[in-house]
Amino acid sequence: MDNNTKQKKLAELQGKVNLIFSQIDCVKVLDKALAMDSQKIIEDVSKSGLRGRGGAGFNTGMKWKGAAEVKDDIKYVLCNADEGEPGTFKDRRILEEQADKVIAGMAICAKAVGACEGYIYLRGEYNFMKAKLQAGCDRWNKIFSDKKLNFKMSVRSGSGAYVCGEETALMESMQGNRGEPRNKPPFPVVEGFLNKPTVINNVETLAYVTTIINDGPEKFSSLGTKTSMGGKVFSVSGDAEVKGIYELPLGMTIQEFVDIFGDGDTKAVQVGGASGSCVPRKNFDKTIIGFEGVPTGGSMMLFNSSRSMYNVLRNYLEFFEEESCGQCTPCRVGCQQLLKGIEAIRSGEKPQEYLAELQKLASTMSIASKCGLGQSLANPFNTITRHFREEICY
Amino acid sequence: MINKNLTDAIALYGKTRENLMPVMQYVVSKENWLSENTLEEIAASFGISPAEVYGVASFYTFLDVAPRGKYVIRVCRTISCDMEGKGAIISAISGFLRVKPGETTPDSMFSFLETNCMGWCHEGPAMLVNEDVHTKLTPEKAVEIIQGYIDREKQ
Repeated sequence: MDNNTKQKKLAELQGKVNLIFSQIDCVKVLDKALAMDSQKIIEDVSKSGLRGRGGAGFNTGMKWKGAAEVKDDIKYVLCNADEGEPGTFKDRRILEEQADKVIAGMAICAKAVGACEGYIYLRGEYNFMKAKLQAGCDRWNKIFSDKKLNFKMSVRSGSGAYVCGEETALMESMQGNRGEPRNKPPFPVVEGFLNKPTVINNVETLAYVTTIINDGPEKFSSLGTKTSMGGKVFSVSGDAEVKGIYELPLGMTIQEFVDIFGDGDTKAVQVGGASGSCVPRKNFDKTIIGFEGVPTGGSMMLFNSSRSMYNVLRNYLEFFEEESCGQCTPCRVGCQQLLKGIEAIRSGEKPQEYLAELQKLASTMSIASKCGLGQSLANPFNTITRHFREEICY
Repeated sequence: MINKNLTDAIALYGKTRENLMPVMQYVVSKENWLSENTLEEIAASFGISPAEVYGVASFYTFLDVAPRGKYVIRVCRTISCDMEGKGAIISAISGFLRVKPGETTPDSMFSFLETNCMGWCHEGPAMLVNEDVHTKLTPEKAVEIIQGYIDREKQ
């Protein structure tokens, strides 16, 4: 594909989905929501098909319904702005350019589930925007009190721990503890922040809620596919000709994606960040970007044939070894052993057959680890070592 | 003796457990790290054990419990920045400041660290200097930026 065709194709796709970065009057949307029955809000969010945009993809309407059904005077809404997944940077732009949509989404959630307080947990690396974001919350707090909505918001900072993007670790961190994930159940909608019913959603999810209330659920559900409805904000990096943040429909194949963003020599795409799956060239046209294929929080990292997949995998493993909270043994020791293991194969200290043992270890971690960090490590490890075995052992 | 920054932080946030992180973050923003004394004073103020406070602080990369310089440089080492040449950035800064990653300059002006993904993968290599973000670095540009902080201190 020549450059002109690429640009045209990209513009065409972006024309289909322009929800997150379009300008709308968020105060009006809040008015609309406040005039709606709480149950109707949840129904509309459910009908839109919106699933969590942080990567896990839990049905948003169902989550809200769960929180609404619990009886408690105190409930919380949290916005997970701790995006730390390597290759993910979309929430940064959403918060910089569309904070009103996110805050309005939280207020809509508060109305729907009966929550009285909300917090945005912003990763420490994004502290440069904290003052502006807090000012936004202050401005909205006045709007809430004018409209007699019993809801108050503020921003809390993280301090550089990847695992705090895990929802229960985030709550532990907000409670002044080490960011160690909790056992689930109980789920946050029942026992969350300060053990109170809590809805926690990703930045992008909350921004989409505002557009769904604004446009009605049909516009959103008409985009994407049956299993993956709506648009998605992608973070494109690596060996890409065009990099950056793009809102596109879900349900494209990797081939379609690579045709637009790749440099013509893409040999692999890591979908969903370091904890996601690696798709090799031979599977590009049969792999769908979405919950029916490879789910993603938005991270798309492209690698061309000049890259060593051994180096890629080692970089990921170094990341996880350091970011594992250390609480559960499968993850703490597993991360260390996988890293040591591939280095030992590379140096010849261990035979090539040892790789099968490591793959088994990664699979064990996905069953035995307490949270998503350890559970998802098998995704990158097993996909990279299976599809690029010759680059790991030679 | 109670640390003034700590008194300020507690006046601002209070001393219930949920405010432990904001209080520590405030002190770090003023003093760059949490000394043993500070940790003990925090523990006494919050009515929890110093070990507990140390346990929380040491969990978080940005709540340093080792002495740090006035400016903490954190170069991203994760994959996209690595592919864009963070190695050359590390060498350039190391050579310029004559410290290795993990070290602090003898005048306590700069601590030089590597960090994990900071969310600028499309504009790598990237680094943080305290809260300032610098992207699309070249070795020359990185040195220039650090020289800028040195010049600022001289004024």
